[in-house]
Amino acid sequence: MALISSLKIFSPSTLTTAQNALSVSSRNSSWWSHVEMGPPDPILGVTEAFKRDTNPKKMNLGVGAYRDDNGKPFILPSVKMAEAEIEKKNMDKEYSPISGSPEFCKATINLALGEDNEWTKNGLNATVQGISGTGSLRIGTSFLSAFFPGNKDLYMPTPTWGNHVPLAKHAGLGVKQYRYYDPKTCGFDFHGALQDIAKIPERSMILLHACAHNPTGVDPKPEQWAEMSKVIKEKKLFPFFDMAYQGFASGDIDKDATPVRMFLKDGHQIALSQSYAKNMGLYGERAGAFSLICSSKEEAAATMSQLKIIIRPMYSNPPVTGARIATEILTNPSLRSQWLKDVKGMADRIISMRQLLRSNLAKEGSSRDWAHITDQIGMFCFTGMAPAQVEKLTKDFSVYLTKDGRISVAGITSKNVEYLAHAIHQVTK
Amino acid sequence: MATSKFASVENAPPIEVFALNKAYVDDTFPQKVNLGVGAYRTDEGKPWVLPVVRQMEQQLAADETLNKEYLPVLGYEPLASAATSMLLGSDSPSLKEGRATGIQCLSGTGALRVGAEFLARIGKHTVVYSSNPTWGNHSLVFLNAGFETYRSYRYWDAAKKALDFDGLMEDLRNAPANSVILLHACAHNPTGVDPTQDQWKQIADLIEERGLFPFFDSAYQGFASGDLDRDAWAVRYFDSRGFEMVCAQSFAKNFGLYNERVGNLTFVAKDRAVIEPVRSQITLLVRANYSNPPNHGARIVGTVLNNPALTEQWKGHIKTMADRIISMRHGLRERLEKMETPGTWNHITDQIGMFSFTGLGPLAVDKLIAEHHIYLLKGGRINMCGLNTNNIDYVAKCIHEVVTTTQEASL
Repeated sequence: MALISSLKIFSPSTLTTAQNALSVSSRNSSWWSHVEMGPPDPILGVTEAFKRDTNPKKMNLGVGAYRDDNGKPFILPSVKMAEAEIEKKNMDKEYSPISGSPEFCKATINLALGEDNEWTKNGLNATVQGISGTGSLRIGTSFLSAFFPGNKDLYMPTPTWGNHVPLAKHAGLGVKQYRYYDPKTCGFDFHGALQDIAKIPERSMILLHACAHNPTGVDPKPEQWAEMSKVIKEKKLFPFFDMAYQGFASGDIDKDATPVRMFLKDGHQIALSQSYAKNMGLYGERAGAFSLICSSKEEAAATMSQLKIIIRPMYSNPPVTGARIATEILTNPSLRSQWLKDVKGMADRIISMRQLLRSNLAKEGSSRDWAHITDQIGMFCFTGMAPAQVEKLTKDFSVYLTKDGRISVAGITSKNVEYLAHAIHQVTK
Repeated sequence: MATSKFASVENAPPIEVFALNKAYVDDTFPQKVNLGVGAYRTDEGKPWVLPVVRQMEQQLAADETLNKEYLPVLGYEPLASAATSMLLGSDSPSLKEGRATGIQCLSGTGALRVGAEFLARIGKHTVVYSSNPTWGNHSLVFLNAGFETYRSYRYWDAAKKALDFDGLMEDLRNAPANSVILLHACAHNPTGVDPTQDQWKQIADLIEERGLFPFFDSAYQGFASGDLDRDAWAVRYFDSRGFEMVCAQSFAKNFGLYNERVGNLTFVAKDRAVIEPVRSQITLLVRANYSNPPNHGARIVGTVLNNPALTEQWKGHIKTMADRIISMRHGLRERLEKMETPGTWNHITDQIGMFSFTGLGPLAVDKLIAEHHIYLLKGGRINMCGLNTNNIDYVAKCIHEVVTTTQEASL
């Protein structure tokens, strides 16, 4: 998506001529009359339409934010406890370091790699706080755009999170695809992925969703990850992991981080983006991190210094509140164990909604294979519904979701799952 | 182990102000003074979390209706609209006519960056001017945002220790049409020297005549004079003249919310019809950079600015900070003049805001740091907030010492 090519832009020289011709002392025309409306955000559009709908049974399965069984936003108990602890400490509001607090960065990379991991212990990571997952990806893609010594092309799975493509392009990277989702099975196109990865030119970059793939919910199995690791290594590709759902996918933080840890053990050097938006419910506080795992302490220091140079002209230094909460939770043993319960609770509710949806579809008498609803993992489910069916689902039943048939399972509750199953059955039978 | 992909990445040079701060922190000298980093300090030399901020945080923590959901891409609307009103004032023609809009950003830097990206990518501006000297990060923000050329206009007259107005006007007169001109709304960083109202009028005339685009950086509204309206005079004057412009606003200093990254980008257009398309394009830029801005600081500032009683309380805090700085300026000048330190020192009280360009040369600066453990930037900039009743005598004495013992270009 090239935002600039969609506009009619005057070239600077034409503008100059135009300006001079207009006798600038009484310019009434705006500099901006040529600016066209940008395309509406498909996901926000869903929410807006949902808000306007007056049907009491309406369901919003668009936005990817967790909801409790009453359909309400959920502030994690561990987060509330952390906030109380932080309040007691009476901390100041002085600028954070450009890279965020060292404590936050250490706790965050250790969450990803394991508390006792050899990479952090040996000082091989360059970790910086980022503006949640998006900001961390943005720092990473900027760094790669400036410093990656190979092909400046980032290969992404098809499909991928809608913002990956514009973000990478904005940072100056080329964007290419590899097969990922198999619409026939609503599952992982393992052979297609391997074939495409094997064709990627050496010394390119490859984006991998560590767990709970967005938007499909389809994750490779461990043995499939192992195969991918092998091919990626053989092809000398650089893996960039986006891990936005650690703990939130299976309920187990170590299980969800398996691919990342596997690749490191296999000898890859990786880039990693992490987000606390979902797994700590810190959405609006924008807590996340970007890491590079380097081959030496010196390299880590050098890359770290360059990462800071990238951050400073973006926003100077990161917002502290979300990072302080995350740090408090991860470094305080009782809060940490509470958090592990909280995140498991969220994952379990999602998993049980998947099970309920599938069993209710069976009860409705649907003859379709809905196994993918429970095979898939995380917040999202690629239902496999066609656009026309999606449209009908919205029009006739006030169930709101994106055109690609993706539903946010977080929007399902024990109170509305039967209605949803009924509606889906009606449009797919 | 296989050769790393990043083996060739060189260590980047340290950023001066942070390196200076580190040197200060590492120094064990008991009378050390930090006149480097730009953050307010109390007379006890401590950071100050504003009472109204503490109060708000407690209030927000107790409010069960609040949650941590994503803000809209363009931010918390109550903050954005209140910040834009605070800047442009209730009499603003552009506000009244629906031609002004606000976008929450990541403090001042973030607002500069979003504004600069918009101007470069959508407006196709390629040339930007800022003052010589200016905040160290300005050029990097604009060049990384997509501007091709960064130039300076003359600003600081080292001999007179004042504004080089003729130089400024000449340089702007020679700027190509469509150049973006970065203007410090008040409390110029690093010099503390602001144009007079009459000079602002002439600058406006020239910008209009030459078809240049004004971009204001307002990091100190209220913090400079203690008066929000007074510190916004230049921006409001341009607004009254009907300019299209943008202004990056920071709440780091005036709300003491440095690490919460609260800022606003005010966008003023000639035609209200362009506001929506512009906002939609900025939405795309923000989405590709960080999706949406942080919530916590926005709620604090947004709530205060929309509540008259809280706003009054806040205004009292700003006045406290501004008054303390002004008294330190007077105190330093008096001491230097009393000791008959060579040179003139009226610029210390003529200047305004957090910073003062002392006029001290590099040798004097080195001496101050190395021999007297007084930390300031190479260019002679000091942060007035680093002065207090406990250290002002020491600092004055040491300035006197280095000035009288250092052979340098005229002060």
